Amino acid sequence: MRAEPPAGSIERSAVARFFVAWPPLTLVALAWIALMIIVAAGADVLAPYPFTKLDLRARLSPPVFMGGTWPHPLGSDELGRDVLSRLIMSIRLSLLIAFFGTLIAATVGTAMGFVAAHFRGKVEAVILVLIDFQASMPFLIIALAVLAFFGNNLVLLVVLMGLNSWERYARIARGLTLSANEQGYASAVRQLGASNFRVYGLHVLPNIASTLIVSMTITFPETILLESGLSFLGLGVQPPLSSLGNMVGYGREYLTRAPWIMLCPAFVIVVSTLSISIVGDWLRDRLDPTLQ
Amino acid sequence: MTALLEVSGLARQFRVRRGAWPFGRSATLHAVDGVSFEIEAGRTLGLVGESGCGKSTTARLVLGLTQASRGEVRIGGEKLPPTGSAPWRAMRQRMQMVYQDPLSALDRRVRVGRQVMEPLAIHGIGASGERREKAVAMMEAVGLAPHHFERFPHELSGGQRQRIVLARALIVDPQLLVCDEPISALDVSIQAQVVNLLLDLQARLGLAYLFISHDLRMVRQVSHEVAVMYLGRIVEQGDPDQLFATPAHPYTRALVSAIPVPNRGARRRLVLAGEPPNPVDRPAGCAFHPRCPFAVARCRAEIPELRTLADGRRAACHLVEELPQSWAA
Amino acid sequence: MLRYLAARLLRALLTIFLVVTFAFFVLHLSGDPAMMILSADAPPESIAAFRAAWGLDRPLWVQYLNYIAHALTGDLGNSMRDGRPALDLVLERVPATLSITLPAFALKLGIGIPAGIYAALHRNSTADRLTMLLSVAGFTVPSFVLALVLVLVFSVQLGWLPSAGSDQATSVILPIVTLGVAGAAILARFTRSAMLEVLGQPYIRAASAKGLSWRRVVVEHALPNAAIPTTTIVGFMVGTLIAGAVVVESVFAWPGIGRLLVSAVSNRDLAVVQAILMLVAATMVTSNILVDVIYGWIDPRLRSKGVVDAS
Repeated sequence: MRAEPPAGSIERSAVARFFVAWPPLTLVALAWIALMIIVAAGADVLAPYPFTKLDLRARLSPPVFMGGTWPHPLGSDELGRDVLSRLIMSIRLSLLIAFFGTLIAATVGTAMGFVAAHFRGKVEAVILVLIDFQASMPFLIIALAVLAFFGNNLVLLVVLMGLNSWERYARIARGLTLSANEQGYASAVRQLGASNFRVYGLHVLPNIASTLIVSMTITFPETILLESGLSFLGLGVQPPLSSLGNMVGYGREYLTRAPWIMLCPAFVIVVSTLSISIVGDWLRDRLDPTLQ
Repeated sequence: MTALLEVSGLARQFRVRRGAWPFGRSATLHAVDGVSFEIEAGRTLGLVGESGCGKSTTARLVLGLTQASRGEVRIGGEKLPPTGSAPWRAMRQRMQMVYQDPLSALDRRVRVGRQVMEPLAIHGIGASGERREKAVAMMEAVGLAPHHFERFPHELSGGQRQRIVLARALIVDPQLLVCDEPISALDVSIQAQVVNLLLDLQARLGLAYLFISHDLRMVRQVSHEVAVMYLGRIVEQGDPDQLFATPAHPYTRALVSAIPVPNRGARRRLVLAGEPPNPVDRPAGCAFHPRCPFAVARCRAEIPELRTLADGRRAACHLVEELPQSWAA
Repeated sequence: MLRYLAARLLRALLTIFLVVTFAFFVLHLSGDPAMMILSADAPPESIAAFRAAWGLDRPLWVQYLNYIAHALTGDLGNSMRDGRPALDLVLERVPATLSITLPAFALKLGIGIPAGIYAALHRNSTADRLTMLLSVAGFTVPSFVLALVLVLVFSVQLGWLPSAGSDQATSVILPIVTLGVAGAAILARFTRSAMLEVLGQPYIRAASAKGLSWRRVVVEHALPNAAIPTTTIVGFMVGTLIAGAVVVESVFAWPGIGRLLVSAVSNRDLAVVQAILMLVAATMVTSNILVDVIYGWIDPRLRSKGVVDAS
């Protein structure tokens, strides 16, 4: 006879199993991402002050954990603007730019990949040359040139962010579609008489979605980093708008007297990109079709 | 009466490059080079040959999955519309395909029942309620239970998956089924079941099959007529019993003598030298001459036509009447 | 192989040509340099004179053909700022950039590859987890944040190193460390996964099953095979030797190509921007070819290319 395991160990193993499926680090990362989304969505309500409001009596006041006062929990800048409020608005703008940038990249890239794999021949050759072109230029340089010469506007910035990583999706979509078309389910469904829309929309796309989602977790942080890099150089988001990158760039001038102006947004950038990368790794393990 | 499927002078070339672009020489690969045959309703044509001989390309050409370079395919007297066009898509209701690897032919993310229903949705047949009933009925007809409906492909066995592929093909009521190595990926124990199912379905539904395989015994069992392909051409065609008992073409003789039989005894075995040549470097004259033990000067110069012999079968060999008859019998 | 190289070279030239064309049209369609350089309230006559002097009054395609024709002879135009040849301006900045990117490159290889190999060989150990955590952190921290934090610690707090400029011998340290750390993190992660992939292959198991010592299995079988994918990323890093330091150079006020680019871009100095873009593209493309050559050398499968399918 086998002894009944004590109740405690069942509970413990259930907890253990839970943490195997949802590692603590991943949970923290997910929580942070959720927090960022809430902050971005509720920015107008959550920000204690209008982000441009001056408070000249409280200039460069330090955050609470550096001996400051509660009216400005994360301190204030040299014009007395509340760092927390600016941070909240910056999070919203940076996330929005990265979100739409990633969306554009994924849509354009996947479509290009499908087109290349569907038509083959000359169309494919042209798209491959474009991919090569994209891959052989550091995108920051292209973005710098385009932004500086076209002048800044938010739409252009978002489109540029989208163009940054489309080639990654195009490669993936093309490769997977080619193999599906060669011998797999896609050619079988086409043989049944299905339209292109049905083949690509209802069969190929759902099949490659997990790979695309994992790529998104890679390009999303990249986009945040690219936007903040451009904004840091003064070529991205322009005042009076504020993003995480240009907060850092602006805070750099007060590095010695008020390091919190730079450190707060820097912390948010690092933790956010880190969280998305961690979730991405975890998703890749979960969605990996070879593990199913 | 015209046959259900008429194929005449069908050919397909592929341009290939040897070496790297843009300095590689461009060469032409004749995957299929002037193939003609007919299949009548309810009958089976078996197509055999080594891998790379153009069997699968022929299958794709017949279905219009690959555009032919020359020649034409007619279904019930109607010419096959251009690949991918709306009439071509509608034509799918009349001709369907069964694949070698059923797992890769099925969408791993969709429940198999839905995949059986999909052709009905594609061709707008029936209301959605009826479609489900029809799919369940079709699954039963191929020997699957209704509870398989909600399964995913990877939850089924190889034989069950092939039955799903069959059910999906048959649900639109086709007249012609092209089976490209339909059993070679299955366990030997399952092969017979699937073959029997195919024979049973043919008897019940009056289907015509183009049955492609390298398994000569299986082809002999299912076919009403057999065609042997070598490097893109049919080299011998005829009644299966006759063809396998007294093969006329030297290549068929070699194939038949390679079938393992018990008590081979004194029977002489013809062993082919070397690999089949690369289709890009197709030998001049009869493509088989470098491997043929009987080849004469004429074989190196002149391509033999497929011609009808005295006993009714057809063979493409200059020497077929002069070869020793007892040989390989 | 020679044939393959020639084909690669042709594609490389095509890519550079595309970059130049793209840059030309983007830059010329996006605004009038005359307005920027002379300021918008300059008298119309002098703006017209400026435009005529630089050929900006001619149709765009004429300007383009002209540019290409000159570029083919090695003349990339003159800077609109100080009238000197753009190519000279750019080339004289190259040593400054290389003096931080080359040591940083060495740092990346020296830390990243051994760390990746070590982590892969001790998979799931504490050292592995720590390496991976550091490496994820390494490439999720933007270089400007890392740079500023380093400045905050080593210049502002400790006062050991200069925070910017290029006047002291020690000025070079912080830029090198900033560049090196991020690259090392990426390389470590990449090397680790390449190694793990190789270590999972049957031939590794076969090699150790036939009684080879683990050290020999790793040195003779695993490392050469893992080197193949790692070459790609290292090649990419070679390509960024010229252009990879834009942000770091501007944080540390380092007088390299990156800063020249940023200032040329804000000044609308067309010829200089184009010369930089061309140089960057040429470096990237050259390093890509280099990677291909090394590939052919270390991967015997690619040495002979058979019939390529095409329909």
